[in-house]
Amino acid sequence: MADSGVTDGPEKKEDIERAKNEGKELSKEEKQRLRKEKKQQKKSKEKKDEKEKEKEKKSGGSTATAPQAQPSTQKAPPAVPAPVSNSVPASEPAIPADKPTKSKAELKAERRARQEAERATKQTKKGEPGQQSATGKPKAPPSELQPVVKRLPEHVQVDDPDVLKKLAKKLERQQIPLRSDYGYKVSLFSHLHQYSRKAPPTQQLSIPSTVIHPAIVRLGLQYSQGIVAGSNARSVALLHAFKQVIRDYTTPPNEELSRDLVNKLKPYISFLNQCRPLSASMGNAIKYIKKEISNIPSQCKEEEAKSKLLNNIEWYINEKIILAAKAIAVSSIEKISDGDVILVYGCSSLVNHILCEAFDKQRKFRVIVVDSRPRLEGREALRRLVQKGISCTYVLISAVSYILPEVSKVFLGAHALLANGYVMSRVGTSQIALVAKAFNVPVLVCCETYKFCERVQTDSFVSNELDDPDDLIVTRKDFVDLVITDLGMIPCTSVPVVLRVKNVDQ
Amino acid sequence: MPGPDKETDLTERLEAFLSDLKRGGSGTGPLRSSAETARETTALLRRITAQARWSSAGDLMEIIRKEGRRMTAAQPSETTVGNMIRRVLKIVREEYARSRGSSEEADQQESLHKMLTSGGLSEENFRQHFAPLRANVIEAINELLTELGNLEPAVRLSVRLTSSATASFLKEGTTDNIAMQALEHIHSNEVIMTIGRSRTVEAFLKNAGRKRKFHVIVAECAPFCQGHEMATNLSKDGIETTVITDAAIFAVMSRVNKVIIGTQTVLANGGLRAVNGTHTLALAAKHHSTPLIVCAPMFKLSPQFPNEEDTFHKFVSPHEVLPFTEGEILSKVNVHCPVFDYVPPELITLFISNIGGHAPSYIYRLMSELYHPEDHEL
Repeated sequence: MADSGVTDGPEKKEDIERAKNEGKELSKEEKQRLRKEKKQQKKSKEKKDEKEKEKEKKSGGSTATAPQAQPSTQKAPPAVPAPVSNSVPASEPAIPADKPTKSKAELKAERRARQEAERATKQTKKGEPGQQSATGKPKAPPSELQPVVKRLPEHVQVDDPDVLKKLAKKLERQQIPLRSDYGYKVSLFSHLHQYSRKAPPTQQLSIPSTVIHPAIVRLGLQYSQGIVAGSNARSVALLHAFKQVIRDYTTPPNEELSRDLVNKLKPYISFLNQCRPLSASMGNAIKYIKKEISNIPSQCKEEEAKSKLLNNIEWYINEKIILAAKAIAVSSIEKISDGDVILVYGCSSLVNHILCEAFDKQRKFRVIVVDSRPRLEGREALRRLVQKGISCTYVLISAVSYILPEVSKVFLGAHALLANGYVMSRVGTSQIALVAKAFNVPVLVCCETYKFCERVQTDSFVSNELDDPDDLIVTRKDFVDLVITDLGMIPCTSVPVVLRVKNVDQ
Repeated sequence: MPGPDKETDLTERLEAFLSDLKRGGSGTGPLRSSAETARETTALLRRITAQARWSSAGDLMEIIRKEGRRMTAAQPSETTVGNMIRRVLKIVREEYARSRGSSEEADQQESLHKMLTSGGLSEENFRQHFAPLRANVIEAINELLTELGNLEPAVRLSVRLTSSATASFLKEGTTDNIAMQALEHIHSNEVIMTIGRSRTVEAFLKNAGRKRKFHVIVAECAPFCQGHEMATNLSKDGIETTVITDAAIFAVMSRVNKVIIGTQTVLANGGLRAVNGTHTLALAAKHHSTPLIVCAPMFKLSPQFPNEEDTFHKFVSPHEVLPFTEGEILSKVNVHCPVFDYVPPELITLFISNIGGHAPSYIYRLMSELYHPEDHEL
């Protein structure tokens, strides 16, 4: 079986190339073949897996990551011993001779497995074994001893040309165009992608593309152009788009809905990632969807399964976003007293919701909205608050130290909450928190639980998004580089109170 | 008659200067640098000394004070005007004392001692007439002008009306002195942060850029975004520059080695009155323990204290902040656009001026050398 896989290697590749050129998906037989290969690899690794699973369970992290640890261990080992298992059935002395032809099959199987492993949580192994892992066996045990070692997400490794090449190959095989980088790179940020907003990723996408659902394409464009912004809005838009996808989905014959749908989602997620790197809230939402999909029993009928999924998504949106907002509003309204002067920064849907609710409950307070170039999101918040009838003042972030003496409380929204207690939010938030601390003004951060994330970060340089620099200047200047960062950090020491809602299941 | 002509000529110049001050302080349009203002004020005072009618030092001081009050009232935020006036007053006192024959040492007693024994000095009403006083004072003012960097009054007048490009041809004495100290403070491969646009800092960095390779991050300074201009000027000289928004100051600060800023005024307690956003920059630098260096020539040192809240701040039209196109919400919203920030002296590491570097706690001493305590209130 594996031999036939090996010899079929080059032909398989040609088939795939042909299919790509015609814009069709990979044919059924190819998929079947690959799946059989995978199954075989899994069987041969089962003995080793049991040992590692036990180790993982002992040293596993939070409960939220436990369900994902299992699928990741199953998927990740194939990445490592893919070459190993290929060589096992073949005769031992033939290994060096077969190396050149085998490497192609290794590559493909490896890539496919790696692709699936990547879409799991960040708890995959560090470093790629690469093509030279004929000696993959000794590598497997050491790397699996440390399941919590995280692999660097590739969007942080842009200055490594190997990583870039791998990314390009992966996207190629999912038939998603690679987004062209902005011509000019800022040296301080050379490890991050820098995209120009003028070159949307869909320029290279052919029109009758059957791989990506149009709702997802639209969503991706909205993300990249900044039309849909704010982590709550993005997550909700994502979930709605996925609902559309599920509605339009039909299970192909001989396929299981649970597995096939998950596979379908992967290229969408890659595409969205290219448009705009996924946020923590979106990541959690996707995890939830995948879990739900894979939990669907196989004897379920298609219509039933689809409606169940749609209901689940509705429930998720309702519970995690809408109800959480209400609960947070209730507890934060207690903190707002009459005569307060409240400072808010940018446009956070949660904070706006809280303020509107407080106003409805007849609290008397004044709001100061702080804004920053170039996004100027604060104007949106200003509009909403003024329409509600709240008296507002508007300043730019450079005037913050002038206006802070009159402020009694600062309310901030969060984009994500990291494992070490740091808050990730729009850039400039950390400045406001710092200045507030200097004036001894309490800072309250409001964040729903679904935005929690296991990453750890100490400053804003490690992982960040860079925006289009052309927003900053009107005329082009040759030597000047412009940078906007999207996310800033507040260390927990300057956040006296964090409001959140504890959810039972997570 | 030459007399009245000269007088009208003088008053004309004064009026022109005053209206220029009033107009030039709006913050938009071609901003006049503090050095130019200082120079013009001093030149105008020299003209007053030369052309006005006075017989004794006391008369001269009265005239100068009167004109000075008008000038500071025209643009209270332009403190260099007041500084120069006080400097000239001190010059007059010194010259008078020298003509009277009292020794130099008596004048330079410790300031505390002077306060207690000032009974003798307050009797001075400067009524004695000395013939060479006029010439002496004019000579001293000329020295002050060379220190500031320019001598030709005629050229300067034309400069005021034409663009600031011609001004750059004139030698800038104080800025050169400061720029020459640049190499001591900037090392290779450093990342330096600055905010807004300061000609002093620009010259400072350019001077260092000739010999050393380093990277500069400029925070554009909303809402007027003078940081862009600064960055273009620096990059023309081949210094690697990056522009960031004000919001990103804290985010980037962890990578910065030094913060070098200019200021509008140095206050009597060692604090600063600088462009808005500087306080945030100073706090972020303190948080990351990055040294904050202020480049300020001596004529920016002002005997004011930051307590008077109503005169401290200056506001400009909030049009830049919230444009009139956002019409429907404008009427219900208050918009503030302050121009200056107060930076307390604890956040500052070092002052670099044309006479060298000092700690903020030393500022009071410098002040006592430059100004006479009775001149603090004009």
